[in-house]
Amino acid sequence: MKLVKDLSALYEAIAAVQELYLPVENKGRVDFKLYEAGANVDIKTLKTVRSAKDFFFTQTETLMGFKVEGKNIEVEDLRPEVRPFVAFGVRGCDARSFEVLDKVFLVDPVDTVYEARRKAGTVVTLACGRPEETCFCTNFGITPEAPAGDVTTWLTEEGLYWQANTDKGEALTAAIAAVFTEGDGKAVEEQKKAISDIIAKLPLANLDMTHLEGVKEETFWGHPVWKDISETCLACGTCTYVCPTCQCYDVRDFDCGNGIERFRCWDSCMYSDFTRMAHGNNRNTQDQRCRQRYLHKLVYFPRRNEGMFGCVGCGRCVAKCPSKLNIVKVIKALGGK
Amino acid sequence: MQIEKKPLIVAFCCNWCSYAGADLAGTNRLNYPANVKIIRVPCSCRVNPLFILKAFQRGADGVIICGCHPGDCHYTTGNYYARRRITLLFSMLSYLGIEKNRVRLEWVSAAEGAKFAATMQSFAEEIAELGECKRLEDLRCKK
Amino acid sequence: MQEMIKSKLAELLSTGAVTKVIGWKRGENFYDVSPAAFESVESLADFVYDDFCGANLSKFLVKEPGKESKVAVVLKPCDTFSLNQLIKENRVNRENIFVLGVPCEGKLSEEKMRVMGIVGLTGCKVEGDKVTVETLYGTETLDKNDVLLTKCATCHSKKHVIFDELIGETGEDSDVDRFVGVAELEAMSEDERYEFWRNELSRCIRCNACRNACPACTCEKCVFDNDASGVAAKSNANSFEENMFHIIRAYHVAGRCTDCGECSRVCPQHIPLHLLNRKFIKDINTFYGDFQAGADAESEHPLVHFTENDPEPSIVKEGK
Repeated sequence: MKLVKDLSALYEAIAAVQELYLPVENKGRVDFKLYEAGANVDIKTLKTVRSAKDFFFTQTETLMGFKVEGKNIEVEDLRPEVRPFVAFGVRGCDARSFEVLDKVFLVDPVDTVYEARRKAGTVVTLACGRPEETCFCTNFGITPEAPAGDVTTWLTEEGLYWQANTDKGEALTAAIAAVFTEGDGKAVEEQKKAISDIIAKLPLANLDMTHLEGVKEETFWGHPVWKDISETCLACGTCTYVCPTCQCYDVRDFDCGNGIERFRCWDSCMYSDFTRMAHGNNRNTQDQRCRQRYLHKLVYFPRRNEGMFGCVGCGRCVAKCPSKLNIVKVIKALGGK
Repeated sequence: MQIEKKPLIVAFCCNWCSYAGADLAGTNRLNYPANVKIIRVPCSCRVNPLFILKAFQRGADGVIICGCHPGDCHYTTGNYYARRRITLLFSMLSYLGIEKNRVRLEWVSAAEGAKFAATMQSFAEEIAELGECKRLEDLRCKK
Repeated sequence: MQEMIKSKLAELLSTGAVTKVIGWKRGENFYDVSPAAFESVESLADFVYDDFCGANLSKFLVKEPGKESKVAVVLKPCDTFSLNQLIKENRVNRENIFVLGVPCEGKLSEEKMRVMGIVGLTGCKVEGDKVTVETLYGTETLDKNDVLLTKCATCHSKKHVIFDELIGETGEDSDVDRFVGVAELEAMSEDERYEFWRNELSRCIRCNACRNACPACTCEKCVFDNDASGVAAKSNANSFEENMFHIIRAYHVAGRCTDCGECSRVCPQHIPLHLLNRKFIKDINTFYGDFQAGADAESEHPLVHFTENDPEPSIVKEGK
């Protein structure tokens, strides 16, 4: 099995062939950043604050520009140039989130910017050495001890074990072949076992989801949980902006003074002006907005996508909600045991 | 002093004193830099901090606010309120590391055409020395 | 303590003195304490008051139109300042609120534990100034001061400034110098300050948690949500917007911010937003005389007040 002993040599080797993004620590918080020599790389911290969805569905991206002169309008294509890149250190939950996003952005009509990024990106996942109490990915069939991805890696005491899974992964492996040595892979098996043992102890690892199977859209509409959580939901967008699968966006125009730039940015169904139209708003109260967010992930999305949930159990909302409201509480309140 | 691209200066002038002061400078044929763009406001206290930030966003390199001398406000007390607000805003901008000389407040009466011209001249020189405002810029507006 | 509070609340609900209680509710684990509304004595079974009740419940009173009904709220000392300020601004009707003051010895932050690398949190015990944390990976003993919420580490008062009834004793104003962080920044060079704030504010994901948790941010429509304002946005397009949002937000609560510290507590990126608000508080104290927002419900707001001898803005250049 392929093994890398010197991680900085690995980063340098990847960065020499493609843009490399990896988790970088900044004042105790970790987020994906473009690699540069001397960067404070932190692949031990389990979860980045922002999810990995930024790689393909960035928070803000400019789409086009308009310049008006007299009666002429000139339209410019301002979509960013997409270069091949490697996303290193992605966890199993975030890797699954790409599949969820694909169901939205790669169906007709295909989102060209997203598609270009998906094609350009090679995802190198990292097994979750130390799962946390907020994790519940196993409920969605994710295997944190052997996450999916173009390449799967395991950080062990010997070094980083490396296993290519796809053509893209093989191509990357071939391009940086010089950094690898061979390892016996025993440490990987040991780590997989250790992870499984920890997962057995995780408080949220075995949620009862049966009550959500095959239900109709409207089954839970009148449920009291929506009023309960909306009482102290602050209507901020933290849950949606740290969520790896929240995919709603807004398209807006910015007046630069010398023209207009049309851009798209993340939107949040928690906000009062979400999907506001000429006639007003579809959802006027916070309980309706909360209902939308959770049922979208738990009922509406699975109904349209062969039962695939719109949640990957990364636990970011569990850790970050200012009022400690989260999808686990909703799953339980809706009738799970 | 020869500069490639002239810095852009936005001057918020109160209708009753400073804007009239600018007028007087004009009728007296006193020169002041052409890169000072005046925005007339009813009173210095009409200047919302957002206006100042918005001016920087749209490409200003320096912002100056001019109003009636304290005690002479057309609305009696507007400039006293403005003084507190602007002081706190300037202090905050400096706290964030924005150059202190990018912003200024001056009291200029309707009779002070010469002061208006001299103030604008000295402010424009200061801003020219600082150069382009990089710390509060929006590149979308600078294409 | 918790039981005393609970029985008082049960009494209020059962006698019909109030129809609703705003308090904290126990969730999945030791740090999972969420603000919640209780409308029956039975529902109070989940009520909790412990070391993780950091949230300021005053904010939730703004939503209460409450002409007909009375609401009881459980407030820590710092939270009472926020309520006072809301009353002063007519955002809350004092007559409809029953304030149950509860003492506070500083609340803890599980996020700080995570940042220290202590993960897989499953249990926690506080004894004196030591905190013992159980995790999936072993047990750790920490100094309580290291895991206090930032707002508690520089607490400005343990005195309840408004209450109808107290459980336990009220405390005193603290003599902790809460402006140390601001002074450190002021002592830096302009370039260093710029670098510091760029690094902090560039992490902002514009989730609006700081704004929505802030008891002073009670505009019905925020300027940043108002399409007609020209500055409305749902994300930061660039560094300018990151700066603008935080400058304007801090500015809008200047003189009204009671320093409750909720902004820094709720920030998912741990941006020290309180350092912006405290700068305004410090400046107001220096330029216009000591002022504590929320200390009472009557005094003049420093930004809608003036004296003829106020300093000129050039004082900023002179470096105070």
